[in-house]
Amino acid sequence: MAVFLSEIKSPGLFLVKNIQGSDTTRLLEMGITPGIKLEVIRRAPLGFPVEIKIRGYLLSLRESEAKCIEVEE
Amino acid sequence: MSKEPLTIALVGNPNTGKSTIFNALTGLRQKIANYPGITVEQKVGTSIIGGVLHKIIDLPGAYSLNYKKLDERIAYETLIGSYEHEEIPDLALVVVDSSNLDRNLYLATQVMDLGIPVMLILNMSDVAKGKGISINPDLISNSLGVPVVAISAKNKSDIDQLKQKISESDLEVPEPLKWGPDDSLKEAMNLLINEWIKPYTNIPESARSIEALRLISEGEFNNAFYQFEKEEKGKSTIKKARELVEKGGGNPMATEVLSRYNFIGECTSNASSITSQTKASLTDRIDAVVTHKVAGPVIFTLVLLFMFQAIFSWATPFMDMIDLLFVEGGNWVANTLPEGMLNDLLVDGVIAGLGGVVIFLPQILFLFFFIYVLEGTGYMARAAFVMDGFMTKVGLHGRSVVPLMSGFACAIPGIMATRTIENWRDRIITIMVLPFMACSARLPVYALMIAAFIPSTTILGIFTLQGITFFGLYIFGIVMAVLAAFVMKRIFPTGQQTPFIMELPAYKMPKWSVVFQNTAERGKVFITEAGKIIVAISIVLWFLASFPKTEMPVLTQTDNTEYNSSFDVTENPESYQLRHSFAGQFGKIIEPVIEPLGFDWKIGIGLITSFAAREVMVGTLNTIYSIEEEDGESSTLKEKLINDVNPETGQPVYSIATAISLMIFFALAMQCMSTIAIVKRETNSWKWPTAMFVYMTALAYLSSFIAFQIGSNL
Ligand SMILES: Nc1nc2c(ncn2[C@@H]2O[C@H](COP(=O)(O)OP(=O)(O)O)[C@@H](O)[C@H]2O)c(=O)[nH]1
Repeated sequence: MAVFLSEIKSPGLFLVKNIQGSDTTRLLEMGITPGIKLEVIRRAPLGFPVEIKIRGYLLSLRESEAKCIEVEE
Repeated sequence: MSKEPLTIALVGNPNTGKSTIFNALTGLRQKIANYPGITVEQKVGTSIIGGVLHKIIDLPGAYSLNYKKLDERIAYETLIGSYEHEEIPDLALVVVDSSNLDRNLYLATQVMDLGIPVMLILNMSDVAKGKGISINPDLISNSLGVPVVAISAKNKSDIDQLKQKISESDLEVPEPLKWGPDDSLKEAMNLLINEWIKPYTNIPESARSIEALRLISEGEFNNAFYQFEKEEKGKSTIKKARELVEKGGGNPMATEVLSRYNFIGECTSNASSITSQTKASLTDRIDAVVTHKVAGPVIFTLVLLFMFQAIFSWATPFMDMIDLLFVEGGNWVANTLPEGMLNDLLVDGVIAGLGGVVIFLPQILFLFFFIYVLEGTGYMARAAFVMDGFMTKVGLHGRSVVPLMSGFACAIPGIMATRTIENWRDRIITIMVLPFMACSARLPVYALMIAAFIPSTTILGIFTLQGITFFGLYIFGIVMAVLAAFVMKRIFPTGQQTPFIMELPAYKMPKWSVVFQNTAERGKVFITEAGKIIVAISIVLWFLASFPKTEMPVLTQTDNTEYNSSFDVTENPESYQLRHSFAGQFGKIIEPVIEPLGFDWKIGIGLITSFAAREVMVGTLNTIYSIEEEDGESSTLKEKLINDVNPETGQPVYSIATAISLMIFFALAMQCMSTIAIVKRETNSWKWPTAMFVYMTALAYLSSFIAFQIGSNL
């Protein structure tokens, strides 16, 4: 079942399904492309940003960006 | 192999070691300057490679040429030669982080489309090895079709190897579009280039592919830095091109990026391998602690405390030393040169002005030393991660915390520190609200007013009203900063939306020589660029306070009513001079304007002179009240302030309402020429310092007005 990254509360491995929203180019350019594995590491004190690992590096995303990323377990 | 002097550009993602390589290549033969008109810095140097002196440019870090940020746009414009005063580089050295190849190679494939010779530097080989990644540079070189060299920038012999490789380079231009766009995308690009870009725009030839791809992906052209005609034709051609891509089954927004990543995936899967590691890496283990929900903010607070200890206390002895040096130097000059105007100008204008510049150095150097260490290790990004949630609530950014907190010591280093904030809008807002933080130059003024006019009543057993007032002024500053940020966030145009995507680089030991070199550079930039403005204003202020020259008439005690003074005068010549100077006259002229705030002309003079630095207010009042320097303790000044009576009304000149109004004014007004100078330098325009001066001073006037009117009518 596909969910948005912004809704994921606990760490774990996911598969990127789709990137959507008005400005998706930068997310794609950072290597968050459909079919790639994405690991949710943790959330910051107030819930956002969320820290993920993608293509072997760590990235911090705010809620507005996490909302654009559709993932699947 | 080239024996010609070349222009070599270093380009790469942030944190890949570009600066380290730049420093290793150029040594001390480098200079930093602002690009004209914008806030991005340019680093240019020279390096002798294979007996030839080459020019090296360190471009700002970029994730993509499809620029979203000013930094990236500068990198791009320089590479295509459309940046004024800068020719197209003869060679682009693309620096990539070997431990993070895929994402780094994305930019490399873009640079390879620009029709300039490219060499790929696989930096951080040691880090990659540590992660169990092994890379075969020859295979990468084969798949990409560019020369590749694997190095670790911290290693001297690797730098020599890099130089060797550069001097052997045959400067061959890589095959265009090596990443292989599919047929429909290629067709769409050609359509766009031939029907619109080529005939109707001045986009340089080397940039046509990249621009065509951008137009296809974005579907429109916004404020491009090019000139173009036939906008309608452009729009319809873009639409046609996108339709072509869609017909071929692609999504115009994504197809380019996906093709590039596919290509990169093929390259790296052949050429690199990971011996799988099961145990958590050092970075993961450190992060588990420093970004922890509870421990994270606590650790960050401790780090901040430590930094402030340094800029507050450790810098003080150095500042005292500098102060002493300039005072002694001034005295020496004063006694050595013949008396006269030149002597005064040198001592009270130039030397005092220079002293006022150099005095900031210890705090700037301490702060930047810590910042470069924290940036270099990778901790700064974690701090931003931890704080971002809190800061976005008030309209700021996770990276605003360190600069804002530094503002408690002094706004100057704080404003310089905002350069760690990448997003232009967040950075400007942080700069604009930072001077509200109660800097240490306000302390003497607060202390004087509180000691003189706030009763030391005890509250709740342990607090005094004086202490609470002090604390209140700090909180007041923070609240105003937050409110101002909140308002500005709504006023300022968003511009091109930049998504907040922040990389958390792997932890590493910083290279100490680079930390020291960069720290020293900050000091130099401050002295040479902001320093000029500060010295100039100092001289103007000196002039205003020293001219026209007047001699104190010899008066007997009785005909002392001559200048309707509010105090009984056993006046000294300095006081007389100051009161009759331009500054003094100006203080009188503005009296009607500041009267509703509860200020008289004496405070008016102080407001003018304290533009040199806020604490000068106290010194000026000392002079006006003719307190001899030797016994010029604030207790005497305090008494004089309390006892000062208006000769017409017989009422005291100052009241609690005046004191509160004055403190509020000092908390809010932009009265510091050094801040103005540094804002000019950091934003590279007079627009922002002017706006800052106007809005802060207006706010101060209004707030003091309200406070005084309420206070004095209670
Ligand atoms: N271990 C290791 N660290 C490096 C290497 N190159 C750079 N660094 C470190 O990586 C950090 C970022 O480097 P810097 O030159 O500032 O990167 P820039 O943002 O691309 O200019 C600094 O702490 C450097 O000391 C390398 O080859 N190996």
